Amino acid sequence: MARKITYQQAINEALDQEMARDQNVIVMGEDVAGGSGAPGEQDAWGGVLGVTRGLYAKHPGRVIDTPISESGYVGAAIGAACCGMRPVAELMFVDFLGVCFDQIFNQAAKFRYMFGGKAETPVVIRAMYGAGFRAAAQHSQCLYNIFTHIPGLKVVVPSNPYDAKGLLIQSIRDNDPVIFLEHKALYTMEGEVPEELYTVPFGEAAVVREGHDVTIVAFGRMVLKAQEAAADLQKQGIHCEIIDPRTTSPLDTDTILESVEKTGRLVVVDESHPRCSMASDIAGLVAEQAFDSLKAPIRQVTGFHAPVPFSDALEELYIPSAAKIVAAVKSVKEYK
Amino acid sequence: MTKKLTRDDLLTAYRTMRTIREFEERLHTDFATGEIPGFVHLYAGEEASATGVCMNLTKDDHIASTHRGHGHCIAKGVDPVGMMAEIWGRKTGTCKGKGGSMHIADLSVGMLGANGIVGGGGPLVCGTALAAKLRGTRNVSVCFFGDGASNQGTIFEAMNLASVWNLPVIFLAENNGYAEATSYNYSVACDTIADRASAFGMPGITVDGFDFFAVHEAAGEAIERARNGGGPSLVEVKLSRYYGHFEGDQQTYRAPGEVQNIRDTKDCLLQFARRVTASGELAQADLDAIDAEVKALIDGSVVKAKSDPKPTEADLLTDVYVSY
Repeated sequence: MARKITYQQAINEALDQEMARDQNVIVMGEDVAGGSGAPGEQDAWGGVLGVTRGLYAKHPGRVIDTPISESGYVGAAIGAACCGMRPVAELMFVDFLGVCFDQIFNQAAKFRYMFGGKAETPVVIRAMYGAGFRAAAQHSQCLYNIFTHIPGLKVVVPSNPYDAKGLLIQSIRDNDPVIFLEHKALYTMEGEVPEELYTVPFGEAAVVREGHDVTIVAFGRMVLKAQEAAADLQKQGIHCEIIDPRTTSPLDTDTILESVEKTGRLVVVDESHPRCSMASDIAGLVAEQAFDSLKAPIRQVTGFHAPVPFSDALEELYIPSAAKIVAAVKSVKEYK
Repeated sequence: MTKKLTRDDLLTAYRTMRTIREFEERLHTDFATGEIPGFVHLYAGEEASATGVCMNLTKDDHIASTHRGHGHCIAKGVDPVGMMAEIWGRKTGTCKGKGGSMHIADLSVGMLGANGIVGGGGPLVCGTALAAKLRGTRNVSVCFFGDGASNQGTIFEAMNLASVWNLPVIFLAENNGYAEATSYNYSVACDTIADRASAFGMPGITVDGFDFFAVHEAAGEAIERARNGGGPSLVEVKLSRYYGHFEGDQQTYRAPGEVQNIRDTKDCLLQFARRVTASGELAQADLDAIDAEVKALIDGSVVKAKSDPKPTEADLLTDVYVSY
């Protein structure tokens, strides 16, 4: 029986073990140690939610607090990667991508192509994403669709502790720029995680549940909501297949298409705003490539075209619920 | 203490500046025929800056450049033949025809690339400098940027970061007085860009960018300071670009005769030649020989660029990733 740890601990362990294995791996970000230059503890926080706690002491000189200068230090991580280091920079909230996006999408993402294949930029940028903490509009977005749009970036969205550790190790070892997104509401989720180093490959979806009636594609925290919905639907005689792509770039389209060819019905669950989302991306590619297999229109269960609201009363309405997923699945199952 | 310039150094300096000048003048001529794709931003007039700085560097030091990057590329050791092919969009170009004038890079000589984003290089050199510091080398990183970029947030962030982390960075402000069509007088809030240095905890100096020796010395001091663990510096080089922001820009925002006057009275190559021949360190014949070799090099590079193949459809999707 493998031991259980949390998603947050799995991420910490991946960083710790990779830093032990490879001296080129460094961690930087705001308060990743948390206390630099202050009169008390030099690593008081270990990240705003404690994800990097303990790494500062274990890996002296390689866990570096930064000033609040995202362009500066994310760009520095990228520059260090250009000359052979393997930096893991933390963007505290993915919502802050606005203050450093140029370094990510115009610099890191494009170096290899623009320089004729003569550059490698093995940087990882970790960020928290997602709603559910009443953190309001500027601290609750998903935004993985924006990174996915950019050629040259890889985008990783783990839904559970096992995948979180394996995908982060893979991200660090990968030689391309990787955006690694951690849902803040999954940090306390427990799961079985091997103690040793292991990787989970990019571009390989997990078939989380097998079924022949309806395909549900879900990302991140929505995988849990999909599982909740599927358990409910099972009792009603509807058998769902749940696909967790795990990485939005590269995307395992083969597994998604195979599933839709089997079931003929697709529901995509994506917490983000609906326009130009991963949901619309997948709906579009399935409609184009598996049209003849479809027995019903594709349904997308998403957030709204509105900033994430603050009041718990509103935020709970914003986040896709298991009940909404159930309703969407039934609508495609019952479509005539 | 900057090392004394030997005869070989002086020949190298002249050759580098002459190569940049002829490269840019040739592009100015050829671009007007309409055959060169995209945009070019010429460095003609500013040669003493790139040359004076980069002669203090080795290939293990890094530089980040601007959209006006040909001079930095040549001074850092990027092959001009490959550069010309790149600018002409050929498969034999430095970047296989996929980057163009604004993205010429050669990491094998520590050239992080010309950059189409104003101020984009500041954070990047903090990274290469951080790597040097963590690895315990004496390598330094230079961020070339202009008066326009001196107002960009990335440069402020990079200066602060380099200072608080005590990084071996030289912020090299090439102040040519114009950010596109808008003057430095209008856009920069302080009297000199060097004034900003103390706000970020580093020394700052302004030097005459038409004088190779002045640039070489000032940059040399800053570079030596960085190599010795003394942290970052800001060196402002005041110079002038002869051509427009981009080729095609008629420069009507400049005073009539402004450029010609500078060419006649301050040109860095003229000043250099006058000084080294007057002192007897070099002979005019030495300089003439270099002029002839450079002309042949540039002419040859254009012949090659015009006849080399362009990339094909098979190249369109390669090198987006290392693996996907």
